[in-house]
Amino acid sequence: MLAPEKIWWKPLGRMEKTWLTVALVWCIFLTVMMPLWYYMGKQNVPTETYRTTPTQFNEKVTAFVEQYKIGEDTINGITLPVVEAPAGSDVYIRASTWQWYPILQLRKGETYRLHLSSMDLGHGFSLQPVNINLQVVPDYDYVATIVPTATGEFTIVCNEFCSLGHHTMIGKIIVK
Amino acid sequence: MAALAPTTSWTSGAKDDYRVCGVTTLKVDMHTERLIIANAVMAVVCLALGGIAALLIALTRWQAIHLLDAAWFYRLLTLHGIDMLVAWVVFFEMAGLAFGSTVLLNARHAAPKLAWVGWGMMTVGGLLANIVVLLDPKNTVMFTAYVPLKATPLFYLSYILFAVGALIQVITFFINLVVAKREKRFEGSMPLVVFGLMSAAIIATFTLLEGAAAIVPAFFWSLGALESYDPGIYRNFFWGFGHPAQQVNLAAMVSVWYMLAQMTVGIRPVNEKFSRLAFILYLFFINLGSAHHLLVDPGLSFAWKAVNTSYAMYLAVLGSMMHAFSIPAAIEIAMRVKGHNKGLFGWLRNAPWNEPGFSGLVLSMIIFGWIGGVTGVTIGTEQINMLVHNTMRLPGHFHATVVGGTTLAFMAFTYYVIPLIFRKELKLKKWASWQPYVYAVGTALVSLGMITSGLQGVARRNWDITFAGVVPGTIDMTLAIFGIGALISVIGGIMYITVVLVSIFTGERKEAAGLLLVSGTNNPLLESTQLTEEQMESKQNQPRGTFVLVFAFLVWFAVYYLTNWWLLGRTWFIR
Repeated sequence: MLAPEKIWWKPLGRMEKTWLTVALVWCIFLTVMMPLWYYMGKQNVPTETYRTTPTQFNEKVTAFVEQYKIGEDTINGITLPVVEAPAGSDVYIRASTWQWYPILQLRKGETYRLHLSSMDLGHGFSLQPVNINLQVVPDYDYVATIVPTATGEFTIVCNEFCSLGHHTMIGKIIVK
Repeated sequence: MAALAPTTSWTSGAKDDYRVCGVTTLKVDMHTERLIIANAVMAVVCLALGGIAALLIALTRWQAIHLLDAAWFYRLLTLHGIDMLVAWVVFFEMAGLAFGSTVLLNARHAAPKLAWVGWGMMTVGGLLANIVVLLDPKNTVMFTAYVPLKATPLFYLSYILFAVGALIQVITFFINLVVAKREKRFEGSMPLVVFGLMSAAIIATFTLLEGAAAIVPAFFWSLGALESYDPGIYRNFFWGFGHPAQQVNLAAMVSVWYMLAQMTVGIRPVNEKFSRLAFILYLFFINLGSAHHLLVDPGLSFAWKAVNTSYAMYLAVLGSMMHAFSIPAAIEIAMRVKGHNKGLFGWLRNAPWNEPGFSGLVLSMIIFGWIGGVTGVTIGTEQINMLVHNTMRLPGHFHATVVGGTTLAFMAFTYYVIPLIFRKELKLKKWASWQPYVYAVGTALVSLGMITSGLQGVARRNWDITFAGVVPGTIDMTLAIFGIGALISVIGGIMYITVVLVSIFTGERKEAAGLLLVSGTNNPLLESTQLTEEQMESKQNQPRGTFVLVFAFLVWFAVYYLTNWWLLGRTWFIR
């Protein structure tokens, strides 16, 4: 709080030097981990993105559902199509207040290109219980290349506030 | 009524310009005194409003109680964010900037009228935000108000008023510095604390400008003058405001840490160069932090995210790790010089644990670093963020930094502002002694409850997660930990506000008699000037205990960080 002496530019003590070096090495390690995982890890944040509009994206979703629909299921009392596309293909999930559309059926160990976009507000794609979370932003077609590693029913929770019915926005992915 | 110190004038002719503080021997400009009081009062008002909201929303998320309906939950959550994350801390920081740029430099306030305009705009903006959120359901858009979620124009106007007001007060900080230097009010370099506050003020300047870049277009968009507003661009600019705003808190909090350490234990910074360098690292790298909120957004490359999220190379983190050594080390040396030299931690056992300024400082550092800092760096790692984004781990992290860290430090500091600046006798000293402990325990539980809930996938900002039907039963327990912690925190908050109100309204108006509130009659601030170079550097006074503590911290850091990579490796493959 008080003014320092005239000349305060002094060499660091032994402990300060040691801590500074160790902390810097730790920071470098933290930095290196990200590119390392980027090239070697199997879980990376998707970056592939395209410009879109709600109308454009909706057309693609509708065509996708028409082509590959295999059945129906209900979530919160609303009937939704269940859709299974061949392994390796593009699959779509459309977010809108307050629905994830449609229900996807995937195969364990196969690769899919999952397209996410929103019809209205920002939404949060939160796949449970695997706990993968991605931001869904209107006007952006966000493509995640995914490989399910377990079978079962997985729930999509919306985790970006999208006005009053936000907590009712639930979707489903089935992995066989 | 005891006589108050006489006032003197900076120049011949005028009266009532400043008084000399009998305790610190510093000159206190009377304009500054009134500005500090006005800003501090508004800070506490906002804290009280945000605190009421905190209690109600916590009792709602505590699934067993689930108090409010959805509309009120989301509405009060919006209010809570605005009052706590912005209004309370920024008002308090404005008081701090006025203090740092005048009192600590023995200088006058060079632009009091301008500062009052700033304060007035902030007050109108802050209160307007509360009113429009409470009265109009259209403004239930959360503190972040992500486009295309549209609020009413008044909502954005309240943000703009508050931000411009804050910017004006920040500008008066710089004016004061320049005038003080020109009028030769201080010699040589400015004190370390002012240097730290200056880094906070510089960060605040670009933070507020980015806030304008986000909010001003949103204002016109909500008026209908702008047809569309790209949601990705908004998110980028908004976090250019929202994240650095927390780094303003960081720099201000660290400055307050140095002050509390000097006022309660009489430290001298171990090495001015080391501490100042750490603040410089904040300045250069902290502005990149907005990326933390965009790590799983579409449209951004890996390289952009990795460089920004890591502050180039975790260099701002390095700054914090330097302070994490230098502050406890300075405390340890000061305590050892006083003769508390037994073993590694004898200095800690003999520390003034009943002095709120000291316990507040230590608890704030522990919660900020061990919980807030470690979780922050971890979830700010590009890939790991996928496990965390918008789950309760997020608020778990920032309740440790902003509440357990910044708020606790500011609360502890308030207890000294009351006798020294308000010149009111501090009442309920026992309460003040206990308050940091109560608040720290509560906040730590809040944070841990949130983090463990988030680890199980519980979403933040969600009225009722059981709709999902998939969350494991253990979340009932972790959400209960969070709820109980929130209750304890609120009790700590009520204790704080009670001490402040009772002192202001019933305390005798008089000059402070001493610096310490409960732990003695000595004056550590003045003692700190007696510390000699030989004492600081003597072999037996070296901070060995601190050295052990920082390495223990590093081990914990590494364990938590690496565990998260392991968790990430177990989930679906994704690219």
